[in-house]
Amino acid sequence: MTDNHPKPLLDRSDSRVAHAEGLSGALKGFLDRVRSGDLGSLPVIVGLVLIWTVFYTLNPIFLSPNNMVNLFFDCSVIGVISLGIVCVLLLGEIDLSVGSMSGVASALLGVLWVNQGMPILVAMAAALTLGACVGAIYATLRTRLSMPSFVSTLSGLLALLGLQLYMLGATGSINLPYDSALVGFGQLYVMPSWLSHGLALLPGIAILVVGLRTMEQRRAASLSPGSLGGLIAKAALLTAGLQFVVYYLNVGRGVPWMFGLFVLLVVAMQYAFTRTKWGRSMMAVGGNAEAARRAGIDVRRIYLSAFMLCSMFAALGGMLSAARLASSSQQAGTGDVNLNAIAAAVIGGTSLFGGRGNAWSALLGIIVIQSISNGLTLLNLSSSLRYMITGAVLAIAVIVDSLARKSRASHGRA
Amino acid sequence: MSASSEAPTPAGELILSLGGICKNFGAVSALTDIDLDVHAGEVVALVGDNGAGKSTLVKVLAGVHAPTSGEIRFRGQPVTMTGPSDALKLGIATVYQDLSLCENLDVVANLFLGHEVNPWQLDEVAMEVRAWTLLSELAARIPSVREPIASLSGGQRQTVAIARSLLLDPEIVMLDEPTAALGVAQTAEVLNLIERLKTRGHGVIMISHNMEDVRAVADRIVVLRLGRNNGVFTPGSSNAELVGAITGATDNAVSRRAARLAEGEARP
Repeated sequence: MTDNHPKPLLDRSDSRVAHAEGLSGALKGFLDRVRSGDLGSLPVIVGLVLIWTVFYTLNPIFLSPNNMVNLFFDCSVIGVISLGIVCVLLLGEIDLSVGSMSGVASALLGVLWVNQGMPILVAMAAALTLGACVGAIYATLRTRLSMPSFVSTLSGLLALLGLQLYMLGATGSINLPYDSALVGFGQLYVMPSWLSHGLALLPGIAILVVGLRTMEQRRAASLSPGSLGGLIAKAALLTAGLQFVVYYLNVGRGVPWMFGLFVLLVVAMQYAFTRTKWGRSMMAVGGNAEAARRAGIDVRRIYLSAFMLCSMFAALGGMLSAARLASSSQQAGTGDVNLNAIAAAVIGGTSLFGGRGNAWSALLGIIVIQSISNGLTLLNLSSSLRYMITGAVLAIAVIVDSLARKSRASHGRA
Repeated sequence: MSASSEAPTPAGELILSLGGICKNFGAVSALTDIDLDVHAGEVVALVGDNGAGKSTLVKVLAGVHAPTSGEIRFRGQPVTMTGPSDALKLGIATVYQDLSLCENLDVVANLFLGHEVNPWQLDEVAMEVRAWTLLSELAARIPSVREPIASLSGGQRQTVAIARSLLLDPEIVMLDEPTAALGVAQTAEVLNLIERLKTRGHGVIMISHNMEDVRAVADRIVVLRLGRNNGVFTPGSSNAELVGAITGATDNAVSRRAARLAEGEARP
């Protein structure tokens, strides 16, 4: 009523709702969310700590800096493929052919670059284009013929595998020149120490700057600005964590450029998922495709973009794996590549049922998967055991997801 | 909503006009020769039995189905709609019976779905402010716009759906069974919303099975029967007249009771 009385905040005018204030409030809100089943990335982080502790006690070399550098090199390859899987999972679809697609891309790279002598960039562009075409075919089958992506990509798996064998011909494998930049990128190149420490500062600074700007905008728009303490704590914790990781890796060989590329792609995709109209449309189509269509979203184009991105990420992952192994072989992309990529996305917290997930799940999930595979290799266990244990971890991840789903439903957060 | 019940509100200019709309699904003709006019600031209720063609008509107007023949005129101009986005662009917003909200997204995201502010860097602050103003204009009571839709009650969801239809400031708002599956208080709230749409100058097309709700807010009641126009009534019409027009039978339980009552009154 009086002039000096502050204008009531737009989102605080309903007295029935309790609002969290300040740092303690933010913490309390987080605990409430977890209790109601909105677990976010918590299970995978807990799982990762558990796995690392177990492997460390069994073989201390596991946590040694150089083994971690190796682990991050390996993560980047399948992680990039997994990032594509996140795109299709968000729509509630699946792509079972990412392994074969990556194999075809690596074969195409070898054939065009090494055998035909084309410039490497042309070969890489050709592989990415092929990926885009394959994704477009899946999307067309899905939207025009209502063919379940499970089936179309399963047949794609076989067809692409055949294409890979055909391209590689009788020799079966093509060695990539060992002194080329691509192989160096896949096996050797690490960031200089000063650069890696500098880059590790960026996320914290970005969080702080964007957060402060948002707070200012919200205050100007008479919305509750949120907690400054929580923001600073978040930025400080993240920066401290990242600096430690970078420091530790620099004790070994250093931070791989390839891992840097992977993280960059993850951040870009996370931005696209959460802060662009395209990402919002993806979530909407995954949550309720009919509602999205009625809201005027071009559902077909969303499907097209998701499948194309998935296959292109698979192609990129295939080329990275060729660089990592310094060869394009018939084995590339076969075996557990497919399922590891899908398992990583699911373990990281992207729902199999669509409409729920984020790009970080590819990063966190693949670190879990690679840690298991790396740790078991260090223990000299056979791949038979490795498969069984990875399978069990995937099952546990899906069980956690289902239980959290149930809990969310009973807390009205479905 | 205070004085609107007395004099019939002066109907605004003609916005939407349907002429001879037919819609066939194979051998079945769902709509035959439908005429319908909607003016600004007017609530037109569309009533009819199951299978009378109400939902088909709504879908034709929403651009989901193309009419087999007939003409849709919007502000005097004949228009053709090939998809839901065409109807939205014209200014015809639809609130579907099954709401079509995405339960995994929050209220703001649902309100702005397909019309986000700043596509390459979503302006969450601007969208949240607009969401709160829109909801407060409707005097709607939503505890938080950052909660996923899954956590809201049926009435609150209906409110969000109606608020969303207003986002693009449409000239016509179509509501398909807006009060079905709602409790007494929530129904009253939605009827209040409809009154408010009307005073804001929107043309409202409302489909309902509930004669009480229809009579509470409608200015004209259009009856469909077996896919054809079957009379236009005023809210003052008796229940017997309406039920007669809807069922096509002048002799039914409602009319018999009305007759008995009338007889009883006539007899001293």
